[in-house]
Amino acid sequence: MATAEIHIEEGHSAGGHEHDHDHQGNFWTKYIFSQDHKVIAKQFLISGIFWALLGGILSVIFRLQLGFPDMNLMWLKPFLGGWITEAGKLDQEFYLALVTMHGTIMVFFVLTAGLSGTFSNFLIPLQVGARDMASGFLNMLSYWFFFLSSVVMFSSLFISTGPASGGWVIYPPLSALPQAMSGSGLGMTLWLVAMALFIISTLLGGINYVTTIINLRTYGMTFTRLPLTIWAFFLTAVIGILSFPVLFAAALLLIFDRSFGTSFYLTDIYINGEALPNSGGSPILFQHLFWFLGHPEVYIVLLPALGITSEIISTNSRKPIFGYRAMVGSLLAITFLSFVVWAHHMFVTGMNPFLGSIFMLLTLIIAVPSAVKVFNYLATLWKGNIVFTPAMLFSIGLVSYFISGGLTGIYLGNAAVDIQLHDTYYVVAHFHIVMGSASFFGMLAGIYHWFPKMFGRMLDNRLGYIHFWLTFVGVYLVFFPMHFIGMAGFPRRYYSFTNFDAFQSFTDLNMLITIAAIITLAAQFIFLFNFFYSIFRGRPAPANPWRSNTLEWTTPIHPGHGNWPGEIPHVYRWPYDYSKPGAKEDFIPQNIPFSDTMESNLPEENELIKLEGADSGAIKVDDTKH
Amino acid sequence: MKVIVIAGIVLIVVILFLIFRIATLVGILKGGEKRDGQSNQINALLLLIFIIVSGSVLLWYAYTKYDEYTLPVASEHGVITDNLFWVTTLITGFVFIITQALLFYFPFKYQYKEGRKAFFYPDNNMIEMLWTIIPAIALAILIFYGLTVWNDITDEAPQEAERIEILGHQFAWKLRYSGRDNLLGKHDYRLIMAENPVGVDFTDKNAFDDFSAGQMYVPKGRPVELRIRARDVLHSVFAPHFRLKMDAVPGMVTSFWFVPTKTTAEMRVETGNVNFNYEIACTEICGYGHFGMRMIVIVVEPKEFDQWKASQETLIQREPGLLKYVSEDLKELARIKSGLTDIQDKESESVSVAGSNK
Repeated sequence: MATAEIHIEEGHSAGGHEHDHDHQGNFWTKYIFSQDHKVIAKQFLISGIFWALLGGILSVIFRLQLGFPDMNLMWLKPFLGGWITEAGKLDQEFYLALVTMHGTIMVFFVLTAGLSGTFSNFLIPLQVGARDMASGFLNMLSYWFFFLSSVVMFSSLFISTGPASGGWVIYPPLSALPQAMSGSGLGMTLWLVAMALFIISTLLGGINYVTTIINLRTYGMTFTRLPLTIWAFFLTAVIGILSFPVLFAAALLLIFDRSFGTSFYLTDIYINGEALPNSGGSPILFQHLFWFLGHPEVYIVLLPALGITSEIISTNSRKPIFGYRAMVGSLLAITFLSFVVWAHHMFVTGMNPFLGSIFMLLTLIIAVPSAVKVFNYLATLWKGNIVFTPAMLFSIGLVSYFISGGLTGIYLGNAAVDIQLHDTYYVVAHFHIVMGSASFFGMLAGIYHWFPKMFGRMLDNRLGYIHFWLTFVGVYLVFFPMHFIGMAGFPRRYYSFTNFDAFQSFTDLNMLITIAAIITLAAQFIFLFNFFYSIFRGRPAPANPWRSNTLEWTTPIHPGHGNWPGEIPHVYRWPYDYSKPGAKEDFIPQNIPFSDTMESNLPEENELIKLEGADSGAIKVDDTKH
Repeated sequence: MKVIVIAGIVLIVVILFLIFRIATLVGILKGGEKRDGQSNQINALLLLIFIIVSGSVLLWYAYTKYDEYTLPVASEHGVITDNLFWVTTLITGFVFIITQALLFYFPFKYQYKEGRKAFFYPDNNMIEMLWTIIPAIALAILIFYGLTVWNDITDEAPQEAERIEILGHQFAWKLRYSGRDNLLGKHDYRLIMAENPVGVDFTDKNAFDDFSAGQMYVPKGRPVELRIRARDVLHSVFAPHFRLKMDAVPGMVTSFWFVPTKTTAEMRVETGNVNFNYEIACTEICGYGHFGMRMIVIVVEPKEFDQWKASQETLIQREPGLLKYVSEDLKELARIKSGLTDIQDKESESVSVAGSNK
């Protein structure tokens, strides 16, 4: 229920501002059941922050168990009750529940809803030049389905049999059989219900994003003039629309198996002294269905972050993004390939090894467009004039994680190497760096960059720097040592390593990781303070604080419903005209016609001037909508 | 005590907040931040320091702790996959160092300076092609190498391979050796009961000489094929020293074959640990006891293995009552094949009757 309270707070904050474009309506329609994309974005953001905090706290609890296995955790008893045993230890099954919920929350509720939900909603209409999303109503529904899903998932933490505990991948038969673990009872049912609602929310959002980008671009905003953020959000939404329904199907069949006695995933099971009647199913089928979403999901969380950084790195390097078309091309390639690599999660699950070799080939190909992106980022930094805003630092951090985690993917994508590394800490290190931390940094970078547009005030820079350095170093200290632990063969999801002679070492590294995790979590409170304090008391933002080219900075400092008070600006150029030779300033916003910048135009751009006059009436249709 | 701790925390928070307020006010007095201000220089420098310090720590750790994070390898294919691992490390390590170094050096070198203009350089197709093709070639090498290795490893086990069934259940492993005929008898999960924990089908004559064991004995230098099963939920057989991993899936038999190259005794000498044992662990989440599914593997010289194998009691010898599941016309064969023939005919008859009365 904390989320609801936060919403009200947030509502008050926005209520304090002036709106030169106020829509008719009361408090409820304006801030709670709002159809304004900017308010919905903030709702997603605040919910995402709530979930991120919860997910982070869960991880620190199980890190305590891993880093300090002998620690007496009696002091957690007031919060966790029966999950702390009489001896002051974490319950073994609750440990698995913690891991499961941490994964679910972070992947879906933070990095999918919190990231895409916030920035796709906020930036798409503002950057393509639209008054709002194609359907404000569906957009509102998208948030409230997410909210409902959040409530269901959150409530599963408080039931006596515990939340889902079979890992965030919920492989059956473990997740299908309540007799196999108590978390597979009511907890799993709630998980499935929550995810079904979540998928509806994602689809409603995704359809809106795609429709808006295709149909509501302002005059002159061709696809080749779209900021890379929008390209990334567009392709993310496409991936989501194509892959989430498959997860829905997987979940539905699992619901049938659990509750209606079907055998899609179950066969030949003898458990608790009883042979089950199920016959003919295949647990591998579930894995195929799950990873058909599960792998694209990685790109659903990563692409928006890459889009956000492309924008921020270009703006703060005061330099056009290098290879715009190559960047778009690599996004497209990644989007396409993301659908044909899913079974690299299944090399050693008993899948036919021939399939394994096909998926290995396809998986390693995906490294090529990823490499192109990295090189283009580097080329953008080269000979730039770089301003280190907190957003820029987080973007550089993201690229660093993207390199580190991307390269370890080349090991894991290679089936023969994966035999040893699969389901060890090496995998944990890999995906936490490349997907978890990189996307998380994209989200933070986005918040630091667009906070002035969201709330009309600036975040405090110094707190931002402290937050960045603690988090950046902290995350590396948490996840880099895990590579070594994984190379030594330590399996993931282990409550303790005392049972094996082979896994006796690395108590020192595990302790270091836990301490680093605690510090990293603590550093987030600096951000939280900065965030909520600045909403009310931050320095008032100028119209275009980062001297950026994209359209959102042409709106008033506090844009009302409809975004632009008058006509929607027209777009004449791509969004990356930074430091153009001959130009007066080191940036030329997209809405400046070439006829105004004769001094810096390239020859082919002078040709375009002739077309500029012809557009005056074109946008009138959109205006009437407001 | 608690009150003091809470009061202390509150005090620290208040002090931090005051410092923040004062710093903010001082900042306002000094005027707004410039883009080439002090903080810009500090951050640029910190980025450079970060990459130098963290890079050195990483190299130092990777170099000095090599023995700690690499497990000695004890299988033929393991040597090859380890090699592939290090080849990959060579290629990715090179890329890693270059890209990370540039990523942190460029921001330092090209930090904001008033009056300087960034180099307007939107694209270059030549360069773009170059850094698409070069990674593609490097990856093609890795793919080709990897595919060859993978195909060899996952190829059918040699005919003479020692076949061992390993079945995972919550929360332990059960072993079944294929006996003298080197063929495992059929199985059916509906036959599982206390005296037949892996559900062996004793109507199949290949099952008569099957035997179970508490520890996995394997011969050095001979191929061994693990036939992997699960009884309840997914498990995964992971033998880290043999670079071996394969999931155990209810309803299907998966397999993985390998050739052990070092006996347990040899490994004890190599590691200097007199208590060294090869182990199998579970690497697929399977419930609260997931972290305790340990099975010891003992690699011995082939001769010793043959002696050990010959000395093992078959399933039927251990539990003659199982004979009741054998059809009448095969009972005689079952007695002979399972080794019950050593016992006098009359005795075995009575034992079997007693067994079936149980």
